[in-house]
Amino acid sequence: MGNRSALREWVRRWRPWGRPSACYVAGGTACATGAALALAAGVAVAAVLAAPLVGAAHIDYARALAGLSPDREILFYARLPRVLLAALAGGALGVAGVLFQALLRDALATPYTLGISSGASLGVVLALCLGWRQLLGLPAVWVAAFAGAGLVLLIVLAVATEGRRMSSFTLLLAGVTINSICLALILFLQNIASFSQAFAIVHWLMGGIDPVEYSTLAWLALAVLAPLAYVFLRARDFNLLAVGEEWAAARGVAVGRLMLAGYLAGSLVTGSVTSLTGPIGFVGLIVPHALRLKLGADHRVLLPCSFLWGAAFLVACDTVARIVLAPAELPVGVVTAMLGGPFFIWLLRSRRRSLWL
Amino acid sequence: MSGFVLREATMRYNGTQVLQQVTLAFEGPQFVAVVGPNGAGKSTLLSILAGLRRNYIGSCAYAGTEVRAWNRRAFAREVSFVPQAVRIEFPFTAEQVVLMGRTPHCDGLFDSPEDLEAAEQAMATTDTLAFRNRDFRSLSGGERQRVILASALAQRPRTLLLDEPATFLDLSHQLAIYRLLAQLAQQGLLIIAATHDLNLAASFAGRIVALRAGRVVADSAVLDKGTVREVFGVEVELLKGPGGKPWIYYGE
Repeated sequence: MGNRSALREWVRRWRPWGRPSACYVAGGTACATGAALALAAGVAVAAVLAAPLVGAAHIDYARALAGLSPDREILFYARLPRVLLAALAGGALGVAGVLFQALLRDALATPYTLGISSGASLGVVLALCLGWRQLLGLPAVWVAAFAGAGLVLLIVLAVATEGRRMSSFTLLLAGVTINSICLALILFLQNIASFSQAFAIVHWLMGGIDPVEYSTLAWLALAVLAPLAYVFLRARDFNLLAVGEEWAAARGVAVGRLMLAGYLAGSLVTGSVTSLTGPIGFVGLIVPHALRLKLGADHRVLLPCSFLWGAAFLVACDTVARIVLAPAELPVGVVTAMLGGPFFIWLLRSRRRSLWL
Repeated sequence: MSGFVLREATMRYNGTQVLQQVTLAFEGPQFVAVVGPNGAGKSTLLSILAGLRRNYIGSCAYAGTEVRAWNRRAFAREVSFVPQAVRIEFPFTAEQVVLMGRTPHCDGLFDSPEDLEAAEQAMATTDTLAFRNRDFRSLSGGERQRVILASALAQRPRTLLLDEPATFLDLSHQLAIYRLLAQLAQQGLLIIAATHDLNLAASFAGRIVALRAGRVVADSAVLDKGTVREVFGVEVELLKGPGGKPWIYYGE
C-alpha cells in the first residue's frame, strides 16, 4: 500500500517551523491538519472522560478505580457503558453522514434524511415483534437492522436515479416518503404487538441510549470500526468521488467498487448503531456541516474529525438527556432532533438562496 | 506507439446510434479539433477515448491495447480528460482540485513532494496560482475551467482530451486556453478537443475532424466550404486572416 512510507513522509513534513508551502496537505498546512485532528481527539477523549461524572449521584474516578462502592458500580455498570455507546454511535453516525454525502454528492444526505435509519428501525421492530433472537447465528435485531438499512438504500437509489443523474430534490422526497412508510409499518406492528413488546418498541424508537453489556459494546466496536477503517484508508478516493463519478474514473479510481463498498459500509454502520440505540437523527448532518465550514472538504481530515466530533457531540447530547429531567431520563434522539430540526431548516433556506434545490 | 486507433467504433444509446463505425487514428504530438453540431457524437467519441464509456462496439485501442482492457490507474497516467463543466457541491479549494489529478500517481493517503511540485507547475502553466486557496465554487467560469485544466495537467499525461474546453468563456480566456493547448501539442502532447467554434479550431488546431450524426464526414488539416455546408448546413465564406490563417465568415 505504501501507507507506511506516506506516513513517514507526512511526519517528516510536519514541521511547524518549515516553510508553509513545504508542508501542504492538500491546501492546508500539515500543521493545521495535525492541529485539527489533535483538537478533535482531545475533545472526544475529554467528553468521554467527563460525561460519566455527570448525573444524579455524585461519583469520582479515584473512588471508582479504588473499587469502592457504589462509585465503582455506577461508573462501570451504569454510566461508562452508556457513554461509550454514545461515543461509538455518534462517531459512526457522523462518518455515515460524510460518507452518504460524498457518495450522493449532496450535503443534505444523511442516514436519517434518506430513510436508512427508519429502514433499520423497521427491521428491528419486526424482529422484536416476531420474537426472533438469532438469525444466521447473529443477533436478530442486528441482522434485521442491516437488512432494513440496505433495503431502504436500494429503494432510495432506484427512485432518485434518473439515467445517470441523481436529483437532490427526488432524493430528499424519497427519503421523506420512505420515512413515513416505515413509520406507518412500525405503528402497525406496534399495534398488533403485546403490551410489553409495544413498550419496548416505543422506548427503543425514541432513540434511547441505555447501559449495555461490555461484550455487546465490543461487538458494536468491531462492526463499526472495521468498515470505518476501510473508509478512512480510501479517503483520498472519496475526495474524487465527492466531485463526480466520471471525475474519479478519469483519474484511475475504480468507481463502481468504491461506491459499492461505501454503500455497504454506510448501511452496516447505520444498521449496527440503530439496532442498539434506535434511530438517532441529525448527527450526520450537523457534525459534517460544521466541520466542512471550518476544515474544508478534504475527506482525509473530514472523516476522522467527523468520527471524533460526532462522538463528542452525541456524548454531550446524551449527558443533557440524562440530566435535564433528572431523575427521569430523556431519549437522546429527542435532544438531537431539537437541535437538528431547526438546523436542517436553516440549511434548506441557505441552500435555496445559493441556487440548489 | 502511443496514440489512439479506432476501428468501426459504434455506440448505441437507447436504440439510436450516436456513433456509427468511426475509424480514425490519432498519433504523436498534434492538436486535433473535433467539430460538429450538437448531438453529432463529439462528447460520446471523447468519453470512449477517455475510457469512460466501455460498452462501445468495435475497437478503440490506446498504445496498442484496447481502452477497456487498460488498467484504470495506468491509463490515467497516460490520458487525462477535461469535462465540459464541473459543478462541485463541497468546499474544495482550487489547489485541492488540482491535486486530485495526482491520484493515479500515488498510493498513500498523503501528497508527496512530487505531487505538490506537479500541481504547482500545472497551476503556474494555467495561471491559477493566484487563487490556489480559494473555494472552487467561488471562482468565475473562466477560472474554474483553468483549474480543471490544471488538474488534468497535474496528471502529467501524454494525451489530453477536452470536451468543449472554452465554450462558456470570454474571448480572452478562450484564446488563452487554445494558445496553451497549441503550445502543449508543440511540447509533445496529443491534444484532442471537441468544440463548436470553427474559427478557434481553424486558427489553432493542426487537424480538424468533422462529425455529423455520429459519422466522420471530414478529416483534414483545413476546413473547406463544402465540409462546413455538409456538417452544419450553413453557407460560409473562407477568408484569410492576418498571418495567413483561415477565417470563417458566416454573417449575412
